[in-house]
Amino acid sequence: MSATESLSASAAVVVDRVSMAFNPGRSNQVDALVDIDLPIRSGEFVSLIGPSGCGKSTLLRLIANLIEPTAGTVLVNGKSAKQARLDQDYGMAFQQSGLFEWRTVRKNIELPLELKGWDKAKRQSRADEMLELVKLSDFGSHMPWQLSGGMQQRIAIARALASHPPLLLMDEPFGALDEMTREHMQAELLRICAAARTTVVFVTHSIPEAVYLSSRVVVMSPRPGRITDIIDVDLGSERTEDTREDDLFYKKITEVREALRGGGEGHGHTASGLGVEDR
Amino acid sequence: MIARGARRAVLFFIALFCVAGLWELYKVVGPTDGAEVFGWRLVPRASDRAMPHTWEMVQRLFDPEVRGQDTPIWLAVVGYSWYTFRMAFVGLVLGGVFGVALAIVMARFEVIERGLLPYVIASQTVPLIALAPQVAAIGGNWDLPKWTWVAALGAFLAFFPIAVATLKGLSSAPAASLELMDSYAAGWWRTLVKLRLPSAVPTMVPGMKLAATAAVIGVIVSEISTGVRGIGFASLTYGQKATSDPAQLYTAVFGAATLGLLMFGLVVAVEAVAMRNRPQEATP
Repeated sequence: MSATESLSASAAVVVDRVSMAFNPGRSNQVDALVDIDLPIRSGEFVSLIGPSGCGKSTLLRLIANLIEPTAGTVLVNGKSAKQARLDQDYGMAFQQSGLFEWRTVRKNIELPLELKGWDKAKRQSRADEMLELVKLSDFGSHMPWQLSGGMQQRIAIARALASHPPLLLMDEPFGALDEMTREHMQAELLRICAAARTTVVFVTHSIPEAVYLSSRVVVMSPRPGRITDIIDVDLGSERTEDTREDDLFYKKITEVREALRGGGEGHGHTASGLGVEDR
Repeated sequence: MIARGARRAVLFFIALFCVAGLWELYKVVGPTDGAEVFGWRLVPRASDRAMPHTWEMVQRLFDPEVRGQDTPIWLAVVGYSWYTFRMAFVGLVLGGVFGVALAIVMARFEVIERGLLPYVIASQTVPLIALAPQVAAIGGNWDLPKWTWVAALGAFLAFFPIAVATLKGLSSAPAASLELMDSYAAGWWRTLVKLRLPSAVPTMVPGMKLAATAAVIGVIVSEISTGVRGIGFASLTYGQKATSDPAQLYTAVFGAATLGLLMFGLVVAVEAVAMRNRPQEATP
């Protein structure tokens, strides 16, 4: 994989010939991912999209080193995924905000900083900064359950970004939100990540969400989980509410949808390789 | 908050009067010498010896323990109850510390959980009344006052509900939160302190409530067989005089009941502090 090698220096994430099987060698073996190659450049916003069971969440957990691949290697920031986890090189956000209900909003944001051993003054000033970033400065001393779902999710993003990690991993973070809140949160996320120059890997099953947010959409298909297509979304870096009305936006949505259909029918076994080498 | 407290107090007294009313009603309609049902003596006697009038019990509180003494019996009962309360409190604290520690060890090492849990359960079926004098006798080898052994037996009953509730609570942390701690590279110990223990608190509270009453029972039963002079011992001596002075026994019963409520109230107060920032749904 020459493409992978040339990228590894500047890449935020390199997924190199990674396979993941659950219950390997047993009769109930499940090939969650087979032979995945995915280099992600620093500053990119990459969405993983596909039907349930395509292994998109598994791929995210492999990058996060919450699970170890059966074969292949994952590099994050030029180091092994495990080292990157130990160094807290990434922040993570899930579908459920997962805020600790016994901690105030501010203390929730400070959690990763506490675990990094930051002193109190430094934690507080960073929490102030993050609260301002997600526009919830007035809610620092509230308890999470006193806030709306959208606000809780913003706090979860603030927590994920609190230590200024270069990489943000998100697993359907807006999946539980209503459509209006969701669109608002998408715009907010782009603003926040542009300001911090964060690389994002974003799991979703919403096509418009993937297109609106991403510089690249990675299309995956199940049984076994693999990458069937990678679609560049050249909508420019400045995306506004008008972007959602753009002809190109609709064109890209159609393109992703067709890629998803094609993958579902078992086409494009080689597309994953092509997709990577095009870059 | 205050309105709710007042309403509870009113309900408490209404309930108390209902119970007293039922008691007196049975004394009116019930057979004085009891009755048999299919040859079994099931219907209790309503005689004044078996069931003294409620007002006699209250009146008895203000008479001396033994004829000729000056101090009314309620003062003696308060003294006995206070002594028992202190032992039960020490038992609850000891049992709490031991129970939580045991739960943490069992949560940490599954091998220990599987090996130890049967013994923990078996410990609760041991007849405490028979065990108490033994424990006190063994305790005699150390230079500790006798009451500490009674408190230890209270702890012996109190630790169990706390250990079980804590063990359940420790494993109740959501998978996503555990994954989050994993992503911070937090070790087992830090995950315990930052996540598992705080998320166990709502589950631990009901265990503590059970433990509070269990500690009282443990202490009262142990007093009877070790002769430590608390409210349990008083109940026994008063009970021996029940034929001549049936109301006296009930003064001790009042003492023990009040003491149990006090212990329970203590746990409720701890709960209020521990749960003050939790979502309302979690505190039914």
